[in-house]
Amino acid sequence: MDPLWVTLIKAFVLCLVLLGAFAYMTLIERRILGRMQHRHGPNRTGPFGLLQPIADAIKSVFKEDIIVTNADKVVYVMAPMISIIFALSAFGAIPGGPAGSLFGFNPWVVDLDIGVLYVLAVTSVGVYGIFLGGWASNSKYALLGSLRSSAQIISYELGLGLSVLSVIMIAGTLNLREIVEVGVWTVSPWLWPPLAVAFVAFVISAIAEVNRTPFDLPEAEQEIVAGYLTEYSGIKWALYQMSEYVNMMTAAAFISTLFLGGYRGPYVLERLIPGSSEWPIIWLVLKMAIFMFLFIWLRATLPRFRYDQLMRFGWLYLFEVALAATLLTGAVIAFVL
Amino acid sequence: MYESLLMMFLAAGFIGAAAVVVGALLGPKRAGPDKLAAYESGLPATGTARERFPVHFYLVAMLFILFDVEAAFFFPLAVKFGMAPQFLFAQAIIFVAILAVGYIYVIRKGVLDWK
Amino acid sequence: MTERPAGYHALTVDEERRGDFDTRFMRINVGPQHPSTHGVLRLVVDLDGERIVRISPQIGYLHTGFEKTMEHRTYQQVITYTNRMDYVHSFAHDLAYVLSAEKLMEARVPERAQRVRVILTELNRIASHLVFLGTGILDMGALTLFFYTMREREQLLDIFESVTGVRMNFGYFRVGGLYRDVPESFEHDVRAFLAGFPKMLDQYATMFMKNDIFVNRTKGVGVIPRERALEYGLTGPSLRASGVPLDFRKAEPYSGYEEYAFEVPTSEEGDAFARFEMRFREMTQCLRIVEQALDRLEPGPVQDPDRRISLPPRSELETSMEAVIFHFKLVTEGFHPPRGVSYVATESARGELGYYLVSDGGSMPYRVKVRVPSLINLQSLELACVGGLFADMVVNIATLDPVMGDVDK
Repeated sequence: MDPLWVTLIKAFVLCLVLLGAFAYMTLIERRILGRMQHRHGPNRTGPFGLLQPIADAIKSVFKEDIIVTNADKVVYVMAPMISIIFALSAFGAIPGGPAGSLFGFNPWVVDLDIGVLYVLAVTSVGVYGIFLGGWASNSKYALLGSLRSSAQIISYELGLGLSVLSVIMIAGTLNLREIVEVGVWTVSPWLWPPLAVAFVAFVISAIAEVNRTPFDLPEAEQEIVAGYLTEYSGIKWALYQMSEYVNMMTAAAFISTLFLGGYRGPYVLERLIPGSSEWPIIWLVLKMAIFMFLFIWLRATLPRFRYDQLMRFGWLYLFEVALAATLLTGAVIAFVL
Repeated sequence: MYESLLMMFLAAGFIGAAAVVVGALLGPKRAGPDKLAAYESGLPATGTARERFPVHFYLVAMLFILFDVEAAFFFPLAVKFGMAPQFLFAQAIIFVAILAVGYIYVIRKGVLDWK
Repeated sequence: MTERPAGYHALTVDEERRGDFDTRFMRINVGPQHPSTHGVLRLVVDLDGERIVRISPQIGYLHTGFEKTMEHRTYQQVITYTNRMDYVHSFAHDLAYVLSAEKLMEARVPERAQRVRVILTELNRIASHLVFLGTGILDMGALTLFFYTMREREQLLDIFESVTGVRMNFGYFRVGGLYRDVPESFEHDVRAFLAGFPKMLDQYATMFMKNDIFVNRTKGVGVIPRERALEYGLTGPSLRASGVPLDFRKAEPYSGYEEYAFEVPTSEEGDAFARFEMRFREMTQCLRIVEQALDRLEPGPVQDPDRRISLPPRSELETSMEAVIFHFKLVTEGFHPPRGVSYVATESARGELGYYLVSDGGSMPYRVKVRVPSLINLQSLELACVGGLFADMVVNIATLDPVMGDVDK
């Protein structure tokens, strides 16, 4: 266990790194979307548009701090703060490398024995930020959007929670570091089918959790004019965007940690360069990058679901599939292994 | 161990609060009634947001509570699954079967249909 | 689909002003500033939860008084205004107007001019349908297809620019023919487009019709039954999607359309998917027409030789006094059609388009009434939306394809 002041510094650094990553994710997303749409993305501000996020940040900070008439002032200001605080905190339990690998310190903020539950719980609390924001704005559009967003998120929470169960059954622990060390795919080939189903179900639930296309109806400009974000501008709006992207990154990291072996490097490379699979952070970042690219790719390609189709998909299909995967994993462990 | 968690929340909380404070301090202060009015596609808003909203959202929340509690009960079962797999699997099947009855009832009642 | 709950009554203006609300239903005001509607359209929507109970389009935000203005312009000057109404399918308006004016004047338009008009109008129809496709799918959330359709449209706009000098709001047709002949690169450019476009169209059709999410969002959505459609005066691809094979290019051929072989696609479903599908199939038919017209393009004059209508060539002005007089009268005063009325029904990308011209013998029309398809089609929004979900309203507006310049004039 690292000393407390080291943990505090690590927490700060993590938050700053996540925010910096958010900033450049927006640029990366816009460039990739642009290339997929047969156009350049932003490439004027600085070489390759690298100064674009800085320009956006400066713009957001210097905008007027508006509080809408009849808004519930305290809640109106607190809502984006709630969103970002819990989005950032969720990342704390995710291990970035083996113990002691980060210059002698542990590359994580906190090594929780209930890591999985912690991440699920904290991302759930982030929903408060969304619907409180819509409520406090005192606007019909915002309210409808926030309610729909909340309903969508909690519906897909179930799929998320149930898909994780397969991994937990195999690993026998909720501690994320230990799950990575176990390596869920290495236990038995019999487990691969249910694990694959759980993996797919988890990825789909994660996309719905972070409100990304095809599940981004709550933010669909075309349909209800930006929903819960309608009355937010400036830094408070930027906080919502930050929390969305940080959630995306947490989801990507969570998927990588649970299903793809987290911070461990590929075995193949280990043979060539001994000790490479012990390098901190780099492997996790690469795996996260795969999923971030997937999220962006889906956004470029797919149209969005209508709200009722989305709910039906979550409750009727995803829930059952996740549950079936769990039970199948249990059956394989119980009767085959 | 949980002190580290506190550190995490402190750091995140500080950053969130700092962002809002900085934004409030640095922006211009030229408030006017048009700027502060709620948006309704360019025309004066009719009615407030404090009207009644559809009961569907309440129903979804209730369903979520029920089935999330089910999922929550699954977690300890999953963690300790290795200790007695067959027995625990049978327990899981019975548990899911009971809840499945409720689930099918809900679907047949049409809670998810018109939304 | 148009079922209203029992006892529902829409508020009168006085009740609304007094603040009486039927609190069962939420009244939402959508637009005029709204990213999804096609232009400045305001919709007052009464919702019962998510279902639309009443939808009332409020138009007029783009009204600029075209018809009145046209009463104070000569017949050739009016062409400046015609293409600004439906700025997406501008050539259709130009064509409808000049056909009507030529009927009044009993002008004879040479073959070459007619064929070029047909080619340009059909190419513009393709461009209009590409806009429809791109924005329709953009409204459903797929960002990428919009850019691809705009890429195809750029090719067309380049062709238009080479012919007319502008990319939009072309004032190229004249009463009696065309402003001037097409450039030499025209045939080559159009053939290049014809060669490359069918493949892209197939790609877009696959992207749209094989995508489950699209299909789920449009199948069975916004069904307009055939008889109600006819009652409400719906025309164009939306009507053909409901099963009525009415296309004015076949029903009342004009400008040489009777010579070209093409089909009029119809569908029995009447839902949003069918309306999308109609325009896909129509684009294929447009390509056929353009190819046939291009093959039959012969060199020749592009203006009616009648000096009372068309300006004499500049070379004649140096030698002929009569030419100078005609030129002077045409430019300062314009031609005088005999007293009478005329109306020619044409098919624009949106439906039946026609200019009802009333002439009192003067050089300016006495009255110009434009029968615009978008305005009449907009009534059918009620048929498509009432009883459906709010999220489907966006899809329905997109598939009815109104252009607000056309609606408001």
